[in-house]
Parts: sequence; structure tokens; C-alpha cells
Amino acid sequence: MSVTQNAPASIYRTKEDLGVWEHRGKVAVVGIGHSPTFRRWDERLETSVGYLTIQAIQKALEDAGVKPEEVDGVVSSPKGMGEGWAPRPIPEDFANTYKPTDGDPNDGLDGASADWIVNNVPGLDNVSFTMHGPACISNALVVAAQAVGDGLAKTCLVVRGTGNIGGRYGQYGAAAADQASGASQWTNPWGWQLIPQIAFGFDQYCRKYGSNHDKMAPFILNQRRNGSMFPEGFYYQNRPEDLQITTEDYVSARWICKPMNLYDCDLPIQTAWAYLITTADRAKDMKQKPVYILNHCSQRGVVRSLVETLEETEAFTDSIAKKVYQGSGLTASELDICNPYDGFTLFTQYYLEGLKWHGVKRGEAHDFWAGDIRVEGPHPFSSSGGNNGNGRTRTWNQTDTMQQLQGRAGLRQVTIRAETGLAGAFTPGVSDWMVYGISPD
Amino acid sequence: MSKLIPVPDELSQPFWDAVNERKLIVQNCDSCNKLQYPPKPACELCGSNSLSWKETSGKGHILSFFVVYDGRYQVRIPDQPYNVAVVTLDDDPGINFYSNLAGTPVKEVPVGAAVEVTFEEVAPGQLIHEWKLV
Repeated sequence: MSVTQNAPASIYRTKEDLGVWEHRGKVAVVGIGHSPTFRRWDERLETSVGYLTIQAIQKALEDAGVKPEEVDGVVSSPKGMGEGWAPRPIPEDFANTYKPTDGDPNDGLDGASADWIVNNVPGLDNVSFTMHGPACISNALVVAAQAVGDGLAKTCLVVRGTGNIGGRYGQYGAAAADQASGASQWTNPWGWQLIPQIAFGFDQYCRKYGSNHDKMAPFILNQRRNGSMFPEGFYYQNRPEDLQITTEDYVSARWICKPMNLYDCDLPIQTAWAYLITTADRAKDMKQKPVYILNHCSQRGVVRSLVETLEETEAFTDSIAKKVYQGSGLTASELDICNPYDGFTLFTQYYLEGLKWHGVKRGEAHDFWAGDIRVEGPHPFSSSGGNNGNGRTRTWNQTDTMQQLQGRAGLRQVTIRAETGLAGAFTPGVSDWMVYGISPD
Repeated sequence: MSKLIPVPDELSQPFWDAVNERKLIVQNCDSCNKLQYPPKPACELCGSNSLSWKETSGKGHILSFFVVYDGRYQVRIPDQPYNVAVVTLDDDPGINFYSNLAGTPVKEVPVGAAVEVTFEEVAPGQLIHEWKLV
């Protein structure tokens, strides 16, 4: 198994009223790298998660103008979101090319641990710090930001890859069993899964605020429009025609779990990505305009009973907003780019309303989306297009926020001020958040 | 309708034993006197690990529902589409349960309606707690 450990709980800023982050503006993102994207793994070396991870890292280093020998830290989110490859036989060319991780035959195939990265990326000879931020790149970014701020590393890669092999996504393991053990004994006998829980919350939301599923359409269509302007994204590279859906397409799509339909779900893909984080002092000498980290915070909500209720979801997202603003020293009106998570789309309104971005209050998100949320308009919400517009990674919102602040978001570049930004994922109850700025002050 | 069969563990064994006797019990915190479900080693509200079991009234109300059309659980695929309701316990509405509301037509779940616990055999000798409209 990987010897790198998950980050300790102490690294996450989960509590309210901690004040401004002690390393505000002293840490910066200086490199972004995305591999090409694929729908599934075709079992070739060149499309393996490991190969793509190396590509993404090399692009991030090139973007920053940093040599691999200068990297002294690696924080990985070590597992992707798809099914593992093992116990299927490891393809011979993969096995002959990369050094495996003891005890984890899937390493490099369904994700890449920090150990796998250090062992297989050419030139990473001076890494003295590794740590894992599991389950989400936002988690890994939070870990790396704090680690660099604390002096545990000076130039740190933040990496995740995700694989998608053949077969019905998610219909393996516990889903294929006829018994339910552990936590699933309380849920699976009734056919629960993550998706219905989100649909349940959305149903409660619509009942409370008098909305309905059709009112999601403007947001979904805009997400896909933004995806059509994101060259690193899956749809842009592979299926641009899939982004051209109409309101009618959306409201008539088949149900997955009513009130959640096909277009509320994100598409699993095969890809990898990397960021490079360093100290503000070093960032000044690198190729790209630094994106200073003004705060990081996390939510680790405790659900009272079996199902997270709307009241709990709203309390969780209120807490996220409070921590975002307290730790960064910003107010809602000073937050320019707002890129909360969208996979699944049905919980995105909770973030928007909790953050009160552009004055949106509880129950108002769906009406807000019916206004002008295009990137060239006055309220460019979720300018990345998210997972919905780009495929399942949980990272497009991070990349877009950085690019917006650097002025290199291309066709997605917003026309409003873009001096501060927020991105994070994944659920209201369990999520990690990054606040960025163009100035360290 | 075939369902996944729960596998009791050390913590949950008393719960499933009670269900098999057609009783719905939940944990009660001896320190803060709040109910807790699903069972956990300590109270989520106050952190006390002094918990005992308490039989509930078995009465509840439907808070919300959704309909599974394309789910992940292979043994449930033949049942699709099916209702999954969330039921709150009258003894403490902060406690909730899932239910497939057997006998209630798909998509026609009366949110807010009163329900009572019932028990359904999912394997020989193994019941699960379910709910039905009163």
C-alpha cells in the first residue's frame, strides 16, 4: 500500500470563527496542467490514468516554468471516482513501464497515489513531503495550501486522476451484492444511494420555496454553454454536440431518480490534472501571474439521523459561507468569481444561496438562474461549466477560477471584475473550499 | 420485490434482533436524553458513549420522497421505478427512516401523511422495518 498518509484532521479549517487564515496571501497557485480527456479507458498505456497523470504534472510544471527537480512536495487525491481495474490482469505494457505500489495493483490505474507519482514521474528526485487529500481535488488543494503555508514544502504538486473502465458505472461491489453490511445496512435494503438523497433534498427545497425541476433548465443549459468554451473539458474535446441541449431536451429527459434526470448527472470520464503551489515569494519569479490563496476551509457536517434534511443542508452551506468570508476577510460583495460544485446539479443552489453571491437569498437561486448568468453577462455564476459541462472530475471549477483571475479563461473570461474567486466541492455536508485573489494583500 | 439483506454487526445486533421480534427500537442517549438512529458507538449530539435502547411508538409522518428509475442496486432493478420515502418519527421528528411504502402507487406518495411501522421479511428469519399509510 501507499506509505503516504491522509492529511490529519488538524490541517482542515472546519470550525467557524477562526479568523483570517494565518497564511492569507503567502501561498499561490502558479501552474495548471490537464491531460487529454477520454470517455473510458481503452486499456492502452497512453490512456491509462498513470500516463495521463504524468502528462498533467508535466504540463503544470511547464506552465509554471518549474523543473521537476525543484518540486519538494506532492499532495495527491489518490483514488479516482471509477471502479478499480484489479483483479483483472494488469496490461503488460503498463506493468513494464511503471513501478507498482506494493499492495495496491490499482495504483496508477484508478488514480495515482503520491507514492506512485514520486516513483514514476521523471525528475521528481527531491520530494521530501507527501500527503493525501482523499476523495476530491479541493481536499488536496486545501492540504497543499496549508502544508506550503506551514513550511512543510516550498513547491508542491497537487494531483488527481480518475479512471472510467467499461461497464455500468457504479454497479459493482456493494451495488452488485444481495446483502448490505456496515453503514449500508441502514440504507441499501430500501434502495437508497447518494443520488436519491440529493433528489430528496431537492424535493424538500421545491416544496419549501415553491419551485420545481423545470426551473433548473437555465442553469443546466448555461453550464453546458460554459463547457463549450472550456478547451480542457471532455465535451469540448470529444462530444461538443452533446452540449447543445435545449430546455425541451432537459425537461423531457428520462428520470434517473425523480426529481433528478439524466442531465442533472455528470458524465464519468478518464483524465488527470495537476496544480503547482508555492510560496508567494517564489511565485513572483514564475511564468504565470500568481493566483494567491486567501483562505481555505472545510465542512464536515454531522447529520442528526439517517437522511440529511434540507434544514441541515442549509445550515451546512451557511457555515461554509461564514468560514469562506471569515477566513479570507472578504465580504459577499467582494467575491467576484463563484464556482461552487455542481455534480449533482440539484445541490448547487444551496451553495449560491448560502454564499449570498450577488445578493441571492434562500429560495431565490432558481429565479436568479432565469436571469443573465452568461459569462459575458452581469452575473456569471459557475463560469467553469462544472462537471455538468465538462465531465466528472470535481476540478473544472478550480481551474476556471484560477484562469479567470489570471485573465486566461479565453472565451469564458468574464466581463465583470475578476480579482477574487471561490471554488470548492463536493457535498454541502462534506466539502473543501479555496478562496483566491490576484493580490496577496 | 427483493431487497438487500441487512447484515447485523456487534453494534446493530440488538436493533435487528428487535426488528425480528417486530419491535422498532432506537438508541437513547443516557446523558442528553435524545434519540439516535442509525445506531452509533457514541451520541452524535453530546458525545456520550452511554447509550441504551428504547422502543419507539412506531408512528411517523412522510417528509418527502423520490422515485428510483435507474438505480445502482442490481437486485432492485426489476422493481424500478419504485418509491423511496423519508419518514420522520413522531417521538422525535429529527429521527428519520427510509421506506418503500409497499402498496402505495409509484409517484403517488402523500407527503405529510401519517404512517406506522410494519415489518417485511427479506430473507428467512430476517425482517426489516418498513412503513405503511395509516
